[in-house]
Amino acid sequence: MSQSSEPDAPFVSGRIGDCFLRLQKTGRRALIPYITAGDPDIDTTLHLMHDLVAAGADIIELGVPFSDPVADGPIIEQAHQRALARGVTLPDVLNLVKDFRRNDHETPVVLMSYLNPVEIMGYDCFSRMASASGVDALLTVDLPAEDADALLTSLRAQKLEAVFMVAPNTPDERIASICSRGGGYIYAVSFKGITGASRLKTGDVQARVAALKKMTDLPVCSGFGIHDGASAAAVSQVADGVIVGSALVKELAAFQKVDAAREAVSARLAGMRQAMDELAASRRPSAAQEA
Amino acid sequence: MPVRNKNIQPPHECTSVNMPDDRGFFGDFGGRFVPETLMPAVQEVAASFEQALEDPAFVAALDQDLADYVGRPSPLYYAQRWSQELGGACIWLKREDLNHTGAHKINHAVGQILLAKRMGKTRIIAETGAGQHGVATATVAARLGLECVIYMGSRDMKRQAANVYRMKLLGAQVIPVETGACTLKDAINAALRDWVTHVDNTFYLLGTVCGPHPWPRMVRTFQSVVGREARRQILEKTNRLPDALIACVGGGSNAIGLFYPFIGDKDVKLFGVEAGGLGVESGRHAARFSGGRKGVLQGCRSYILCDEAGQIHESHSVSAGLDYPGVGPEHAWLHQQGRAQYPSATDDEALEAFRSLARLEGILPALESSHALAFAAKLAPRLSSDKNIIVNLSGRGDKDIDTVARIDGIESMRDTEDKL
Repeated sequence: MSQSSEPDAPFVSGRIGDCFLRLQKTGRRALIPYITAGDPDIDTTLHLMHDLVAAGADIIELGVPFSDPVADGPIIEQAHQRALARGVTLPDVLNLVKDFRRNDHETPVVLMSYLNPVEIMGYDCFSRMASASGVDALLTVDLPAEDADALLTSLRAQKLEAVFMVAPNTPDERIASICSRGGGYIYAVSFKGITGASRLKTGDVQARVAALKKMTDLPVCSGFGIHDGASAAAVSQVADGVIVGSALVKELAAFQKVDAAREAVSARLAGMRQAMDELAASRRPSAAQEA
Repeated sequence: MPVRNKNIQPPHECTSVNMPDDRGFFGDFGGRFVPETLMPAVQEVAASFEQALEDPAFVAALDQDLADYVGRPSPLYYAQRWSQELGGACIWLKREDLNHTGAHKINHAVGQILLAKRMGKTRIIAETGAGQHGVATATVAARLGLECVIYMGSRDMKRQAANVYRMKLLGAQVIPVETGACTLKDAINAALRDWVTHVDNTFYLLGTVCGPHPWPRMVRTFQSVVGREARRQILEKTNRLPDALIACVGGGSNAIGLFYPFIGDKDVKLFGVEAGGLGVESGRHAARFSGGRKGVLQGCRSYILCDEAGQIHESHSVSAGLDYPGVGPEHAWLHQQGRAQYPSATDDEALEAFRSLARLEGILPALESSHALAFAAKLAPRLSSDKNIIVNLSGRGDKDIDTVARIDGIESMRDTEDKL
């Protein structure tokens, strides 16, 4: 089920393309943590972003707080509410990325947002500000690819990528349409449900990701339900990257003291990095380890 | 069994308006802004709905249910004493309050449940604000023996305790929603999360002309029986078209149901009345057109209550059914085209209309419908007595007597909540 040779070089450019190129050279898979910007406050998020990179993150997905996050489960919904209680909104998130870029010019940052904050700011205005802040891509949770052309025009004018999701029940003809509009990577949702649910069946995910990879040249990264080293490693057997959100946000919420929370998040991510890299190392000497 | 009235026809026979397009857009409004996991489901519902409309057996079954189960056609009643007291135009009430379960919501519930059954779904979910849509959904699910889960904001459950009990009697599971303002918007979020998770066997029986395509079109189609009957009835009674139509607008299902068959009749003025709450200037209202902006919420682009950063504002209204920060995309389009106007009525104005209709006509209207009546009370005196206004009396007010009693200083007449 795994690939018998290295995949074609992804055509994605910019920081995200560079990132996958580096990973490909070393035979490693991308580890992509998600945190909600402003949870528990903007300063902590800035520290956390650097922590995540130190713990092995290749790309960071940064959630834009929204009052009605319908695709998210209670863990991330509460993170949105904590951030909103601090008054954190889209302009603050863009400033946060600008601050992050003072010390990190390499790690791609993908904003994950519901459409309304972007819509209210205006597609052009958002794209200009996001590009100037050092954002690399936007993933709009509730915008179907087929209806995204106006947003895509604005994003592309500023050399920003649009990351789209593919669900387990997305039919093939829509996958083609999504992949033709998408950039950066394809976010393969691992099960039908909301974020943070425990419905992950790694065998199913592996089969679907393998099928998906045949349909696109973009890197395919899988997320939803990945919560520890074992699940991250299992998914990374076939996926180009592994996205982890609720498991980190949960750690973050479990500690009163910020320092302890930061340590716990780093430790959780580092455990996943280690499990994924061990698997990659075991695979590298011979290509004969087909599952 | 003979079909008594042809209640459903393809929409192009009703009006010149040929919207939405196949992606659900009314101009810039509408669409289907849902997470990817729901896209295949939303498209499946859209395709199944269009097929069903072409199937004479489906249409016949719907017509029969509307006649024999809902009790259609509902009367068009001339409110003579109230009209005379106001002094001006004649006010006609479209008596949707006389439908089975006491509101217009049953019209789209019988239609959607037939579609759910046709699609082989075994589990029905719905959101509810005032409880009328939840009751209508629980009713039709009971009749077809389908599992039924209703999401309801915990604040609305307190306001509408009798309806909560009614749903439970009908065999539905009512799940309290404790997020946000604990009202209709939060119940829709919870229902969407349920649907994402159980999309294979579950039909989302959405209760208004909001949400992703095809619901604005589908609910309109099922509700437009109201306007088709009203059009025929007023022609029979007065020999001409009415001068104005008035309906309250929460999501806007009863309003679009009345308006839609008249949209091509350019001389018929259309008024959708929003909940002004404590007054639009107070910030505590549900007046999306005068106090909101264009944005995307819960599946569609429309006018919504939100701040300059795109965060959704909580709405306020004395009536749970109008307490929603979004409005159906077709209303947004009618507003933009200038075809319909959207004034608002405050809590106090609605309560005054509630009392007037009770005293003068012996009808207790729903607090939602009372907003439409409140605007009729302003409009009628400005028109001469040869003019006719149709108000959609979308529901009965029995569910609201606890709320009105509390406003009157009478403490809870029966503590329904404790007995559930």
